[in-house]
Amino acid sequence: MMSVLRIIGIIILAPVVGGLLTGIDRVITARMQGRQGPPVLQPFYDVLKLMQKESIEVNSMHRFFVYVSMVFAVFTTVIMLSGGDILLAIFALTLGSVFFVLGGYASNSPYNTIGSERELLQIMAYEPMVLLTCIGLYYAEKSFFIKDIVMADKPSILYLPGVFIGLVFVLTFKLRKSPFDLSMSHHGHQEIVKGITTEYSGKDLAVIEVTHWYEVIISLSLVYVFFATSAPGSHVVAAIVCLGVYLFEIIVDNCAARLKWQHALNSAWIVTGVMGTVNLVILSFFMK
Amino acid sequence: MNLNVVKKSPWILHYDGTSCNGCDIEVLACLTPLYDVERFGIINTGNPKHADILLITGSVNEQNIPVVKQLYEQMPEPKAVVAVGICATSGGIFAECYNVAGGVDKVIPVDVYVPGCAARPESIIDGVVKALDILAEKKKAMPKKRIGEK
Ligand code: SF4
Repeated sequence: MMSVLRIIGIIILAPVVGGLLTGIDRVITARMQGRQGPPVLQPFYDVLKLMQKESIEVNSMHRFFVYVSMVFAVFTTVIMLSGGDILLAIFALTLGSVFFVLGGYASNSPYNTIGSERELLQIMAYEPMVLLTCIGLYYAEKSFFIKDIVMADKPSILYLPGVFIGLVFVLTFKLRKSPFDLSMSHHGHQEIVKGITTEYSGKDLAVIEVTHWYEVIISLSLVYVFFATSAPGSHVVAAIVCLGVYLFEIIVDNCAARLKWQHALNSAWIVTGVMGTVNLVILSFFMK
Repeated sequence: MNLNVVKKSPWILHYDGTSCNGCDIEVLACLTPLYDVERFGIINTGNPKHADILLITGSVNEQNIPVVKQLYEQMPEPKAVVAVGICATSGGIFAECYNVAGGVDKVIPVDVYVPGCAARPESIIDGVVKALDILAEKKKAMPKKRIGEK
């Protein structure tokens, strides 16, 4: 019974927190540009408005994929926040992204197709690092279960500083921030119209937005597991670090121009190779 | 509550017809820190399928009539049209040109006319705010229409 309540709580609270973070993001971004910016609740207004609008149906499949993609994002969030298997969570998340890309292709619009291709490139760029993160956490804590990882005596960051830096680097892709927001940037920018979301309107677009809120929470909970330990105080530290990382991504977003896909892919793989792999190699010497 | 939400997040599509680009630039001036329309949740989308309000500057001519029609038709309901500047209202100084059809209302229904040559950013924002009330009314009429269709 408790666990059912907990899952319902996660499903409801995660997007609320994610939406608030996006709202704060928009205000901070505006202030950095010398503007006043929208109200903090603006993302919720946007989504509620989109729910009331007409949804133009290009074909039945392209809507279907978006809803499937959200189901997988919700599933991933529940696994991560209830302390489940991090490997399962990451695979479910990837599957969700793949469905999102399929939805983009299904509409047959040239804008969506370019957006989908870019989204695939983004997945290619960040996926190796995310997998290395899971492997690294397993190496350090000898478990794939988040509830074991956050109950360790020492925080994983002590073993995995390189992996952590690599993860923060690729989170820029997942949070859809410049310089890596190739497929769909989530501010009022215009990049080849609106990338992968071009053909979506009304409820479908609202679902994409809510899925993104879940993804923000998933991204930040990946950061969280690096710092949480059995000591209760460490959870406060972990939460503060999550906010710090998010703020850092906002600042980077506002300071950087969008990169070409070649540069995005190369830089992500180089960082993965250097930070992730070297960290794991060194760790494997000490853990013997 | 429901009606307010439509008013709180108007996303805009901007199209520039036959104009001197004066009004065009004033619309973009609304996005700058000085006027900052994002305060009202207004976003310049550049995509008709995401837009609630179509801002048109400049008159329509034989070449862009199909473009304007298509943009309007691609926008999901409820939607509103704001004609910015005297060109968009009546053709303005271009009205006599051989290829100019006149104001935007010759092609699509216009909800708000913003006067001025060029229209000032303040009056453009005012026009959009007027369009929000119309948007809310159209939203109210929407479910009724659906029942009528059945
Ligand atoms: S109304 Fe005046 S400023 Fe605006 S587009 Fe026409 S001629 Fe230019």
